Amino acid sequence: MGNKILKKSEAFYDVFFRKPGDEKKSTTYCAGCGHGIIHKLIAEAITDLGMTEKTTFVSPVGCSVFAYYYFKTGNVEAAHGRAPAVATAVKRSHPDSYVICYQGDGDLAAIGTAEILHAANRGENITVIFVNNAIYGMTGGQMAPTSLLNQKTATSPFGRDEAEEGYPLRMSEIIATLDAPVLVARTSVHDIKNIMQTRKLIRKALNAQKDKKGFSFIEILSQCPTNWKVKPEDAQEWMEKNMLPYYKREVFKDILDQAAPVPHPKPRKEIAEIVELLALPEFKTRKDNGGETTLKTIRRETKFKIAGFGGQGVLSLGAFLCELAIVNHYHSTWIPSYGPEMRGGTANCSVILSPEEIASPVVQEIDILVAFNHPSLVKFHSNVKEEGLIFYNNSIINDLSEIMPYVRRKKIQLIGVDASNAADSLGDPRMVNVAMLGHMIKVYPYFQLQQADLLLEKKFSTKPRLVELNKQALRRGFEQDEMENIV
Amino acid sequence: MKSFLKGNEAVVMGSLLAGCQSYYGYPITPASEITHAAANYFPQLSRTFLQAESEVAAINMVYGAAAAGERTMTASSGPGISLMCEGLSYIAACELPCLIVDIMRAGPGLGNIGPEQSDYYQLTKGGGHGNYNTLVLAPNSVQEMLDFAIIGFELADNYRIPVIIAADGVIGQMMEPVTLPDPVKNIPEKEWALTGDKRAEYNLHTSIFLDHDQLEEVNLRLDRKHRQIMANEQLFESYRADDAEIILVGYGIVSRQLKALVNQVRKQGIKAGLIRPITLWPFPSKAFEEIRNYKALRKVIVAEMSNGQLFWDVKAALDNSSLEISLINRMGGNLIEDQDLLKEITNS
Repeated sequence: MGNKILKKSEAFYDVFFRKPGDEKKSTTYCAGCGHGIIHKLIAEAITDLGMTEKTTFVSPVGCSVFAYYYFKTGNVEAAHGRAPAVATAVKRSHPDSYVICYQGDGDLAAIGTAEILHAANRGENITVIFVNNAIYGMTGGQMAPTSLLNQKTATSPFGRDEAEEGYPLRMSEIIATLDAPVLVARTSVHDIKNIMQTRKLIRKALNAQKDKKGFSFIEILSQCPTNWKVKPEDAQEWMEKNMLPYYKREVFKDILDQAAPVPHPKPRKEIAEIVELLALPEFKTRKDNGGETTLKTIRRETKFKIAGFGGQGVLSLGAFLCELAIVNHYHSTWIPSYGPEMRGGTANCSVILSPEEIASPVVQEIDILVAFNHPSLVKFHSNVKEEGLIFYNNSIINDLSEIMPYVRRKKIQLIGVDASNAADSLGDPRMVNVAMLGHMIKVYPYFQLQQADLLLEKKFSTKPRLVELNKQALRRGFEQDEMENIV
Repeated sequence: MKSFLKGNEAVVMGSLLAGCQSYYGYPITPASEITHAAANYFPQLSRTFLQAESEVAAINMVYGAAAAGERTMTASSGPGISLMCEGLSYIAACELPCLIVDIMRAGPGLGNIGPEQSDYYQLTKGGGHGNYNTLVLAPNSVQEMLDFAIIGFELADNYRIPVIIAADGVIGQMMEPVTLPDPVKNIPEKEWALTGDKRAEYNLHTSIFLDHDQLEEVNLRLDRKHRQIMANEQLFESYRADDAEIILVGYGIVSRQLKALVNQVRKQGIKAGLIRPITLWPFPSKAFEEIRNYKALRKVIVAEMSNGQLFWDVKAALDNSSLEISLINRMGGNLIEDQDLLKEITNS
């Protein structure tokens, strides 16, 4: 034991070669600063626990920003407050390595409150060492969230006033309220006894990480004589008088006995399986599935606008049409209206089917409009081209007076489809889009019902009931008398 | 074998095929499907998906994962990208590779979720503090969303630089058929990574250098790298431009509209062509050096869904030329009307 204390820990560099300037053997810390003690406790712990080679040290912004001068481990320097986020990912990248997240009070308790709370709440298997000296050090003695009431700092020159600046934050108590952390404690390095207690707690926390038990958090009350504006030898007294009464030193949470190691998840799939799942069925030619052979060929770029209420399956009808086109070796594009419209308002999508590569997927002039409700019909009818086509859901659209002048003038063909009623008759109003598609395929015979069946079978492979329902809806739409619906 | 995917899904598939091991993100429209697809696929492959508490945290997680040597990514839209600019500066400073996808929506402020291209300045001029650039790729199809993820990771590793995929809302939201290539093999070892073992003992990622000369050296190193990228990585598409009298310039969804218009007006005998920047940074100035020599060329029309951000880069690239340069643009989430473009072309 004795010779270990006399020897420099192997987790420290012998010479601080990264430190600029000529003085490579001393630290950047002021006389009487607590960081040196805490660094030493950590370095000795990681050496003794055999963790040196497997440790990554995350340095914060603050006086300990240069922790990497000293620790002979992997090192990464985080932006102010973000160390727990950085530590989270370093650890998740290498779950068998050890990650120490070292933060001061400005870093952890002010700018980084979100990051520390959420890393703690997720139970990241890291160790956070939180050095609380009740003041900002590196930036020159400003008030910290942990500064004490009446404490004079560069930014609270008349003393911290709770009416203006609120109360000193007790981070350990806050973290201890969370379910996930396994060890949360506050300790101090103001005298030998407390240094030994800190030593013990740091080792306990690192062991917890080693055993994959989860998140451990050690808050260490520490000296900053420079910014407290006291002599180093008076710092202990300052701490005893000001900090210790407000910040209780205790273990707030220790569930190490109950905490089970977190196993690393095993893959459930290979990437090839996902690729396979996403693939559409393949037909060699357009007539290659034994169905009807009277299919028409799409000879030019055809632009659709499909519109209706959210919930009428407007977007999925458009996508389904594209898939039918793709399996028939056509090109297709689909653009949705997106965002709040999806949540109950109106929705529409632009679809283009073409025998050739589609330059622009944007639909501004429409060849075929599919309107599921009255507002959509009114909104888009005047973008339909001369001699274009409109399919409309005549179950719920009764009044065509508004669009008729344009429709007549432009010689647009208007086809009513009793789509909502067809869906309702199957007991599922969601089938309205598929019923519409059924009729579209009849009037616009570029695809086969059987191809639609195959796509449905793949799409709803885990829901056979839905496949059946969709197939029925498709046929209800298909079987509707075409002529009667033409206005 | 074709799949029919959204741009936002394709970029995730591309990343997975590129060997991306982790996704850290925060939801935002119109980029949310990226987070959804990542949440679905990454865990199934035993890779990391984590919904962060904010974009600030997400980008710092990407920083951590990149420092640890993983191929890693995040995605967001303008408001989130603004928050990520802090972390981006650190990542660029530490020369760490990663992929960031920006599905641009309309701004400024909260704006709306319609498509815009108004993050152009933010993405191409650095975005965060300090002297740095990121490589910015602008896909204009769903296939490119997938392919650029793969290319993006390669460029990121080669140059140790963050790569951004800049897509407008339409490119993210639209669906097109895509072909999924085989997974990338032989991703190079990163000897600088924090691997949590003996190899990493001396490895360090930091961007604080108190010594001014030392920090200047870091900046000069970045500068040299930027210049190398500017020399070697400019990408653009030139379409029927050689004999054109009018050249249209645009990227993303706009370039698709422009291409269709070129085809349309060519049928009417108007000699139009298209220059489409694919890398927004490095800006493809070579394309504009080239078109200076085109004999028939009279006019350049820049079309964008932003307030002339691309226009000024084109203008700078055509400095001292006698060509007329005009701007046709829409903002607020609106697409450019084909009619407006047509009018500008036929009136030229």
